[in-house]
Amino acid sequence: MKKQLPVWLGFALALVFLPSIFDSVLGISILNQMTIWIIFALSYNMLLGQGGMLSFGHAVYFGLGGFMSVHALNLIADEVFVFSITLIPLVGGAVGLVAAIFIGSFSTRKSGTVFAMISLGIGELIVASSLIFADFFGGEAGVTGDRTYGPPFFGIEFLQDAEVYYLGAFWLFVATLFMYLFTQTPAGRMANAVRDNPERAEFIGYSTRRVRFISFCAAGLFAGIAGGLFAINYEFITEENLNALTSGRVLLMAYIGGLGFFIGPIVGAVILTLMNSLLSNYSEMWMLYLGIMFLLTVIFLPRGFAGFIMMHQIAWQNRRLGTLILPYFVTAVPALVFLAAFVGLVELSHKGDDILPFFGLSLGAESMLSWGILLALAGIGALGVKLSRPRLAAAWALANTPTADDRGDVR
Amino acid sequence: MFEVFVFATLNGLVTGLLLFMLASGLTLIFSMMGVLNFAHASFYMLGAYFAYTLSAYLGFWGGLLFAPLIVGCIGAAVERYGLRRVHQSGHVAELVFTFGLAFLIEEAVQFFWGRDTKNYQSPELFDFALFTLFGQEFSAYRGFMIAIACLIFGALYFVLTRSRVGIIIQASISHPQTVANLGHNVPLIFMCVFGVGTALAGVAGVIAGPVLTTFPGMATVLGSIVFVVVVIGGLGSLPGALIASLLVGLLQSYAIAADVGMPELLHLLGLSFDSSHPLNDLWTLNLPQIAPVLPYLLLVLVLIFKPTGLMGNREQ
Repeated sequence: MKKQLPVWLGFALALVFLPSIFDSVLGISILNQMTIWIIFALSYNMLLGQGGMLSFGHAVYFGLGGFMSVHALNLIADEVFVFSITLIPLVGGAVGLVAAIFIGSFSTRKSGTVFAMISLGIGELIVASSLIFADFFGGEAGVTGDRTYGPPFFGIEFLQDAEVYYLGAFWLFVATLFMYLFTQTPAGRMANAVRDNPERAEFIGYSTRRVRFISFCAAGLFAGIAGGLFAINYEFITEENLNALTSGRVLLMAYIGGLGFFIGPIVGAVILTLMNSLLSNYSEMWMLYLGIMFLLTVIFLPRGFAGFIMMHQIAWQNRRLGTLILPYFVTAVPALVFLAAFVGLVELSHKGDDILPFFGLSLGAESMLSWGILLALAGIGALGVKLSRPRLAAAWALANTPTADDRGDVR
Repeated sequence: MFEVFVFATLNGLVTGLLLFMLASGLTLIFSMMGVLNFAHASFYMLGAYFAYTLSAYLGFWGGLLFAPLIVGCIGAAVERYGLRRVHQSGHVAELVFTFGLAFLIEEAVQFFWGRDTKNYQSPELFDFALFTLFGQEFSAYRGFMIAIACLIFGALYFVLTRSRVGIIIQASISHPQTVANLGHNVPLIFMCVFGVGTALAGVAGVIAGPVLTTFPGMATVLGSIVFVVVVIGGLGSLPGALIASLLVGLLQSYAIAADVGMPELLHLLGLSFDSSHPLNDLWTLNLPQIAPVLPYLLLVLVLIFKPTGLMGNREQ
């Protein structure tokens, strides 16, 4: 922990100063979304990454926490009781924890497919009952609240998004710190052991079920906290926040970021939130790109973006990271050309009569020349990647072999 | 009352057999490769869309013949270039891969065919009532659906248990290494089984498209129910899949037809609550309302009390 103090200080400083850098309305709104999704993705990683439990219904705890938080906001507004808005995420967390204790008591008996299917079933059950119990879940319209009631926190009434950001950032820091500390506790280490080899863990005398149950409850708690933040930020919540779509989204985030690493889900949440907010303005087809990116990640980077970065550790230790820069560049340029041409083709086929601006060119769906240019660019890009790949592979192999002065150096 | 029961049974049979067409391919793929294919219902949707496009040129029967072939080829390609690579990263990666594939296929369908509902019609040949019971007609197309499903079950059962190909497939499920040593190309067998499984889903799509409407959400509607069926029936068991499909189909159909619920139950118990009670939603609940929930309830109960499913013999 002592060694990591600079990292945590840097994290805290970044959280404090980020809104000064991205101070537009859109910037703050994206940062707000990130705080929510990072906590949620990290809590999902406690299940899948640390505990080896693939869940298709993690949004249940997020959503239940969120619904209860909105109801708590309304109770505060109605002056049923006095409670500070700043502590609302705790309400969400408590609800998530209670739900996780209840559901985890029978679902954590097995991991693997059985667990995944139970989580799917429970998720669908809760979604279906959310439409039945319209009083609590508000039917299809959802429930709305207002965060500006309740006692002000040192004069802050959370009218502005920026004020909400600092509340979210505080909870993000606290939640991240506790989730990291959890991985260092015996319970967290045993979760890894049960993930990797449940049989051995049983032989040493641990109940795999109890170990999974503890991770499951902790994950539910933090998912609920994220749900509480969601309630404060958006001031409304609908059935969509507990259905399979949200569960799938958090799975995507954790997987694209990198499951085995603590920082992975953070990376994934940041990337996906950015794509969600920025790309959706430019293209109707952004979900298609997201799907392709996800599949490519699963096929080529099974350990996610964080895993890709960590792959370079050996080259770094060999002090040969520099030799990789040129081959990477040579492969990346045609790859980017191919990517741009592919995106161009997708967009062009969807433009209708509109003109597609493409790096200074004006392309129209009717002209054969436009299609020709894009297809040619795609072909050149693909060919370039194909030709430069052997060189990259050779450079990679070289960078990962020990350097001359390491060889035979037995100490 | 009796006529409601008969029609609920018939409708449940149609739904159940449709579910079985999907579940048969899914369970075949699972018993072979240990992969629960999340994208299975997406191949069903692809079948419906391809058949819609092809039927404009070749008619319904051309669609029924060629759409499953195309879907099967796509399925085989997915196995060859996607799943086989991902297989090295373990079971979770495979599940996540098919999950992503389902997402991608839905987006791709919206990209190529648009977001609106397609006007895909059943052929005029079947525009008559097969029989009339209690003044209600039972359309010939539904009879055709039942016939096709029975045909598939029969053919599949015959091929798997009585033919040489079936013996090789069964052997590569239990002893892949031995089968490979005998000179059979096991990866090729895997690819073909995946292709055939997805093609079966394609057939289901072609047939269900006109009845259940062809739209981009049709995979999501059926997707998780098919899982429920396969898990309840016991992973990897074909007869189990048939029983569970019929069970789920009938259960839902009866629940929708039965007009009873909490008010009747409370009346029986001699209790009553006025409408201002905080749990009013609970006291006015009736069976048709909870019909969509029942399969999932059954799934959770089965997984808790008999994780192997009704006819299955393995847990993972």
